[in-house]
Amino acid sequence: MDLSVNLGGLRMANPVTVASGTFGFGREYAEYYDLKRLGAVTCKGICLEPSPGNPQPRIAEVRAGLLNAIGLQGPGVREFARSALPWLRSQGVPAICNVWGHTVEEYAEVARILSSEEGVGAIELNVSCPNVHSGGAAFGTDPATLASVVRAARAATSLPLFVKLAPNVPDITVFARVAESEGANALSVTNTMPAMLIDIERRRPFLANVQGGLSGPAIHPVAVRLVWQCAAAVKIPVLGMGGIVTSDDAVELLCAGASAVAVGTANFVDPTTPLKVLDGIRDYMVRHGLSSVREIAIPH
Amino acid sequence: MQEETTVLSNEQAGVGCRRLRLGAPGVASVARPGQFVHVRVPALDPGAMRRPISICDADRASGVLTLLFKLVGRGTEALARVAPGDRVDILGPLGTGFPMPEAADVALVGGGYGVAPLYFLAKTLLGAPSAPRIALFVGGRSAPDILLAEDFSALGVDVHVATQDGSLGAHGLVTAPLDQWLNETLADARHATDARHATDARVAICACGPAPMLRALDERALRLGLPAWLSLDRRMACGVGACLGCVQRVRSGRGGETTLARVCVDGPMFPAGKIVWD
Ligand SMILES: Cc1cc2nc3c(=O)[nH]c(=O)nc-3n(C[C@H](O)[C@H](O)[C@H](O)COP(=O)(O)OP(=O)(O)OC[C@H]3O[C@@H](n4cnc5c(N)ncnc54)[C@H](O)[C@@H]3O)c2cc1C
Ligand SMILES: Cc1cc2nc3c(=O)[nH]c(=O)nc-3n(C[C@H](O)[C@H](O)[C@H](O)COP(=O)(O)O)c2cc1C
Ligand code: FES
Repeated sequence: MDLSVNLGGLRMANPVTVASGTFGFGREYAEYYDLKRLGAVTCKGICLEPSPGNPQPRIAEVRAGLLNAIGLQGPGVREFARSALPWLRSQGVPAICNVWGHTVEEYAEVARILSSEEGVGAIELNVSCPNVHSGGAAFGTDPATLASVVRAARAATSLPLFVKLAPNVPDITVFARVAESEGANALSVTNTMPAMLIDIERRRPFLANVQGGLSGPAIHPVAVRLVWQCAAAVKIPVLGMGGIVTSDDAVELLCAGASAVAVGTANFVDPTTPLKVLDGIRDYMVRHGLSSVREIAIPH
Repeated sequence: MQEETTVLSNEQAGVGCRRLRLGAPGVASVARPGQFVHVRVPALDPGAMRRPISICDADRASGVLTLLFKLVGRGTEALARVAPGDRVDILGPLGTGFPMPEAADVALVGGGYGVAPLYFLAKTLLGAPSAPRIALFVGGRSAPDILLAEDFSALGVDVHVATQDGSLGAHGLVTAPLDQWLNETLADARHATDARHATDARVAICACGPAPMLRALDERALRLGLPAWLSLDRRMACGVGACLGCVQRVRSGRGGETTLARVCVDGPMFPAGKIVWD
């Protein structure tokens, strides 16, 4: 059985990674299992300078999901390269570095700095975070802006370049095609859905940021549709994510046309979810007589 | 570590509060006072978040871990229904734990379920070779909010209760009996020690409870120059430092610089003067 995948030039031993922002820079979960068992580790969003993120409260559990407004807190790319990346490299697992910026130039600059470091397997552009005013959804919900970000990043790096698309657009295939034609090697589908929780007793929004991003089981059917649409619209592979809890959820995204999957919020529920998902994918392939992960996709 | 524990008992421990005993040899053997476990509540939907609960007691020899929790919502209500023999998945022990204060007198200050980690701390301190004198100050809105008072008394802890409605103990905030005790204890300490020594370091405060209470204690500790550790309550997703959901702004240097600490791994307790209150 062949579990390996080539995700836009990133060679993964198996089709399971973790979603950006749910796994830190990997270290926190290394206590729970050997990270080498993952196809790749995807890092928390990295930008040029240290960034404080949003005020508290930042998270709230909602029905069938999690609402977060972390606001892309991070140490900045240089500190990341100095303190987090060498450790991650030593784990022997490919690193997907999630990148965001306040401007098009910043995206390109972070991509350039990461490309000069050893141990970066791929760059994933986050153009779809609902929790920051610039650097987030603003870049991913306008096709012309998306084109300029991808073009600038493409010029700055020869590493495999992934573009992480927003779910809250009228037609995701427009964005998928823009990313592909500007040189992206894969699409990550999808980010959190903009959402909101109100504390009805205190009569005010629960999150300090007012709105946040919805993740977890609630968005899984949304992700299935978006992956399905993207896989039909472009030739580059799709990294599917959104609400994976069980291996069936992951298999469903692979059926929809994803080449690999990322486990996000479910890491908080059970750190070993990615391993269970991988086991379940293997069992599914045996049961259906499939010899490679690529064969899981169903015809559109 | 991640441990599949077995429920040994689950009983009422006051109004709307349960004491859960788990067979958890792994976690119990390494747990320190002030640490917590992140509990996956059986019977909640499979994608539901874990609930952070303090370690109220851990017995290395028997491998028993005791948790004390208030029923406040769907997670704790579901946890209140687990039965002996049920399996409960936990992550832990998480957090740094209280440092063991070297003071001769230790004031433990708890609000509501905040007494839970203080019980494990009191028991551990009293079991040490040079055990301090321990006084517990426990506050709440009303009598049913006062938990574990007899358990602390049974350990030999001097227990002071305050309720805001006066239904049990002193009427008002827990800081009133604490202030009186601090005055007396610090005066005694000054008498007892040679003036060249820093007498005030003989008294330490460890606290867990609502933020306004912790803030009031922080101000007292700074004013009196006492060592204090304050355990914060914060919403947590991962519990292991990965999601940045639980951060708290803290002072990081003498120059007034501040940084964001993750309450789950860098805390939940912080020394007096560290927390930047908003
Ligand atoms: C380090 C730490 C130690 C704790 N120790 C204890 C303890 O020993 N005993 C005890 O009774 N309680 C303790 N708590 C509080 C306990 O975690 C909450 O009461 C519990 O999570 C509520 O869950 P629920 O589903 O019943 O409530 P809901 O209100 O339905 O919960 C909704 C969501 O909010 C979160 N949440 C709600 N209230 C709190 C809170 N006060 N703190 C953190 N998250 C919250 C829940 O985890 C859940 O994700 C502790 C909290 C922390 C952070
Ligand atoms: C706490 C948290 C932080 C996140 N941070 C980032 C981030 O920094 N960059 C990013 O592209 N996506 C981020 N995401 C989105 C996830 O990577 C993922 O796309 C989304 O949560 C959907 O997957 P899930 O339902 O499995 O969690 C974050 C999600 C959560 C819950
Ligand atoms: S709860 Fe995730 S970092 Fe603290």
